[in-house]
Amino acid sequence: MNAAPVILTGHAGVGEVVEGLALVSPDGFSARYDLDRVTGRISRESHALYGASIAGKVLVCPLAKGGFATSWALFDLRSRGLAPVAMLFTWANPVMVQGAVLAGIALMDQLSPDPMEAIRTGDRVRVDPKAGRVEVIRRAQ
Amino acid sequence: MPLRLTPEEDGILAGRWGEPAGRALAMQMAVGEFFGAREMVPVASAHLTGDSESMGDAGLAFVEDLVRQGARFVVPTTTNARNVDFDLYRELGQPEEVAAKERRLRELVVAMGGVALDSCTNYQTICQPLFGEHLAWGDTGTVIYANAVAGARSNFEGGPASYGAALTGRVPAYGMHLPECRFGTHLVEVRDSPRTVSDWGALGVFVGRQLTNYWLVPVFTGLQVAPGGDALKQLGATLASYGSLAMFHIVGVTPEARTLEEAFGGRAPRARIVVAPGALASIYRSFVPEKEKADLVVFGTPHLSLFEVRLLAELLRGRRVHRDTMLLLTTNQPVKALADSMGYTAVIEEAGGKILAGACYYIMTPRELARRHGFRTIVTDSAKLANIIPASGYNAIFRPTADCVEAAVTGRISA
Repeated sequence: MNAAPVILTGHAGVGEVVEGLALVSPDGFSARYDLDRVTGRISRESHALYGASIAGKVLVCPLAKGGFATSWALFDLRSRGLAPVAMLFTWANPVMVQGAVLAGIALMDQLSPDPMEAIRTGDRVRVDPKAGRVEVIRRAQ
Repeated sequence: MPLRLTPEEDGILAGRWGEPAGRALAMQMAVGEFFGAREMVPVASAHLTGDSESMGDAGLAFVEDLVRQGARFVVPTTTNARNVDFDLYRELGQPEEVAAKERRLRELVVAMGGVALDSCTNYQTICQPLFGEHLAWGDTGTVIYANAVAGARSNFEGGPASYGAALTGRVPAYGMHLPECRFGTHLVEVRDSPRTVSDWGALGVFVGRQLTNYWLVPVFTGLQVAPGGDALKQLGATLASYGSLAMFHIVGVTPEARTLEEAFGGRAPRARIVVAPGALASIYRSFVPEKEKADLVVFGTPHLSLFEVRLLAELLRGRRVHRDTMLLLTTNQPVKALADSMGYTAVIEEAGGKILAGACYYIMTPRELARRHGFRTIVTDSAKLANIIPASGYNAIFRPTADCVEAAVTGRISA
């Protein structure tokens, strides 16, 4: 049995309506510092998601880390089918939003309640950036 | 509240400056509206980020399309560091394909009117940021330096965004373009004064590990020593790398922090961070070698200044790099040319080191180099490099400059 959906709301994000399975990262994310961009898997050994693939996932993350590489990398990952379908941050930074716009990946931040609290890995998530709304269908326990 | 365009900007969006500029403005508006921007502001220059490794084939195709559609840069535009030194990449064993892509990217940038500077220290070579001017700079280390040290104004304008700004000559006005986002948020009381340039990097690690949000601005007080440009370069690059920070103040040093009140804009700090005596030494100790052998020693993230190259030449004069260790210095072409003419390059090469021009190690296909040369332990005085390179499978050890030179000469690094 699935529980009733949890609704998160916030300001308008970028991208189109998408659905996917959540991958929740307790650590921040950078496509340069944390990711093997050839495979789309987290390659930083000290990262909580070491070895996990971000492809096709709704990546849920507290913050965007570091420098500019992510703004190109999302576009390249998308072209090879390795990008997440959406990214939900507690706080996004400019390079992450710039990359999401170019790559056509849904992105939202500053949602209430905080997605880091409301979403678990494996939950099915529907992201509607223009409406500023995220729907979380908890996986069966 | 939507972002309002001027009549000229309406024309750009409609394609009056060509299709690429129109598309670029539409992307800039999407980013600006996400962050609540109300208008665009003109920029004095753009600094492009986009080496062929981070762009991938899709990014390169994107830039090829711009040129095919007749795109032209409308403000002075320079390029960031690249993946290869064109003279040394074969000797190092980097793939021919990577060099070919970097050559092509340079041709495309030049075709649009850009300057192939290939440096992450544009502000120390040919681009002086001025107080109050708006910029569209891409490399994070250049952005935080321009904001904090010069009082210029730029957000992180990553790859596609820096190209967009070069094509439209403007950026959305949010974040670091607005005075209210530039004020301090956290007070940092420094009671362990940095003594060397790498100590300023260690200070950046200490603070950057705690403040990991683009919208936070540390204000440093209590420093007993005045930093030089190279020290501020390391502090800024480290804060940008660890914390994704775009701004800092040092009371009595940086131009928007003549007083504590000015730095905070009259508001109270949200929190206080104390850098206690011994804190900087403990930062170095937090980088723990897995083994004693130093496979590789690297200086130059961000690119070395001429004075940093000279210091390394002095430390290496008459000495010899261990035969099982590789020593690399990375800088830009203007500094390399000066180092050649001043004789510093000869001293470093006689010791067994190499100076690379235009390239930066963490984008030099580091996985490929590790495979080819058996690299695992990398020793560096750059905290930024030590932060980034573990994603490429390295055990990174951050140490003071002189210790790194000793590691290169003895081939050993200890805890």
